[in-house]
Amino acid sequence: MQLSVETLTLARGHRVLAHDLSFTVAAGEALLLKGPNGAGKTTLLRTLAGLLPPIAGRISFEDERADPDSTLAERCHFVGHANAVKPTLTARENLEFWTHYLATGPLGRDAARAPDASRLPGGQLKAQENEWTSQGATSVVAALEQLGIAALSDIRAGYFSAGQRRRLALARLITVPRPLWLLDEPSVSLDAEATATLADMLRKHVATGGLVIAATHIELGIGAARELRLGVAAAEAA
Amino acid sequence: MKPLRTLLARDLRLAARDGGALGTALGFYLIVVSLLPLGLGPDLALLARIAAGLLWIALLLAALLTLPRLFEADFEDGSLEVLATGAVPLSAIAATKALAHWLTTGVPLTLLAPVLGLLLNLDLSATPLLAATMLIGTPAVSFLGSIGAALTLRSRRGGLLIALLVLPLYIPTLIFGIAAISAAALGTGGVGPALAILAAISLAAVTLAPLAAGAALRAQVS
Repeated sequence: MQLSVETLTLARGHRVLAHDLSFTVAAGEALLLKGPNGAGKTTLLRTLAGLLPPIAGRISFEDERADPDSTLAERCHFVGHANAVKPTLTARENLEFWTHYLATGPLGRDAARAPDASRLPGGQLKAQENEWTSQGATSVVAALEQLGIAALSDIRAGYFSAGQRRRLALARLITVPRPLWLLDEPSVSLDAEATATLADMLRKHVATGGLVIAATHIELGIGAARELRLGVAAAEAA
Repeated sequence: MKPLRTLLARDLRLAARDGGALGTALGFYLIVVSLLPLGLGPDLALLARIAAGLLWIALLLAALLTLPRLFEADFEDGSLEVLATGAVPLSAIAATKALAHWLTTGVPLTLLAPVLGLLLNLDLSATPLLAATMLIGTPAVSFLGSIGAALTLRSRRGGLLIALLVLPLYIPTLIFGIAAISAAALGTGGVGPALAILAAISLAAVTLAPLAAGAALRAQVS
C-alpha cells in the first residue's frame, strides 16, 4: 500500500504554492508537512482528500485489497481546521453520527476492508510487510474514554471548550478504521495530556501499517517521521 | 443507503433541537397571511377569490426564508468537508439534505396553510385541494431551492441572492398549483391534469436538482 504524488502543482487563487511536488508515503510511514504560514500545507492536504482538484500532476493510492471502485477520499480521514462538531448534539451523538456515516459505503459494503487484527491468529497487532492491518474499530464509548471526554458524553458540544471539541473531532479517527490519515494541525488547542494521547494514536496507527500525513508546527512525537518542507519555491520567488 | 439514512436522521434531529428555522418560517407565514386582509380591506368575496394564490405565494416566501441555512451550518463547521470524504457523492448528500428540508419546512407549512385559509375566507370545500397541491408542489420548492442554497454558500448577503435565483424557478409550480384550484372552483375540469403536471415538476426537481446542487457544492468546498 502506497500513496504516490507525482509532479503535483498546487495553486490557490491564481498563485502557485508548490511546483513539481513529488513524494511517496508507504504503509507504516508518517510524513510531516512543515513550512511557514501560507506555504500550501492545507492546500496539499485538501488536494489529497479530493476536496481540491490538482492543477497538474497525479495522485495515486495503491491498495491491493481495496475495492477498485473506492476513491482516495473514501480511504482517508480528513481532520481540517474546523472540527465538524454540531453544537446542539451531545458528544456521543456527534461521534455516533460520523462513525455510522463514514463506516459504510453506498451499498452497505465495508469501506475499510482490511482484516481486523483481533481476528488474526494470535490476535496480536503486527505490521505486515507493506500492509495495513486495521486495529479494528474502537467503539464510540471507548473512543470518548481514550480521548478523555467520556464524562462529557451526554453534554451538548456547544458547551465544550476548543480543546474538548478538538478531542471529539480526533475521536472519529479510531472509531472508523481508514488507512490514510490527513491531519491539518491536529494538536491545535490540545493540552499536554491530549497531545500525548494523539501521539499515542498516531504511533499505533503507523505501527499497524497505517499512513499519516500531518501539517504541523510542533513535534507530534511520532518518532522517526519524514519531513516535507513546503514554501521553499515561494520563498525563492520572493 | 445507510450513510444517507444516517445523515437524514441527523438533519431531522438537528431541526428538532434547533427549532429556530421552522419556528421562523411558520411565524413568518402566519404574520404575512394575517397582514393581507388588513391591507386588502374587509371584502370577503375578494379575499375568498384570491385566498389560494396568496397562501401559495406566502408559502414560497416563508420557505425561501429557511433556504440559506440548508448547507450553511455544515459548511461553516467543516462538516461538509468530512461529508465529502464519505462514500456517497455530493449530489446524494444534497438530495438528502433537501429531503430533510422538505420534511421539516415544506410539510409543516403545508399543514399550517388550511388553518391560515380561515383568515382569508378560503372556501372550506377548496381547502383539501389546496393542501393537496401544496403537498405535491413543495418537494420542488425544497429541491430547486437547494440549487440556490448551494450556489450562494460563500457569498455575503446570500439570502437575497437566493431569492433572485430561485423564485423564477418556482413559477411553474405556482402556476399549476393555482391552475388546479381555479379549475375546481370554476368547475371547468382539468384538476387531474394540473395535479399531474405539478407532480411531474416535483419529480423532475427531485431527480435533477441534486445534480446541480452537488456540482455547486463541489465548487464551494474547493
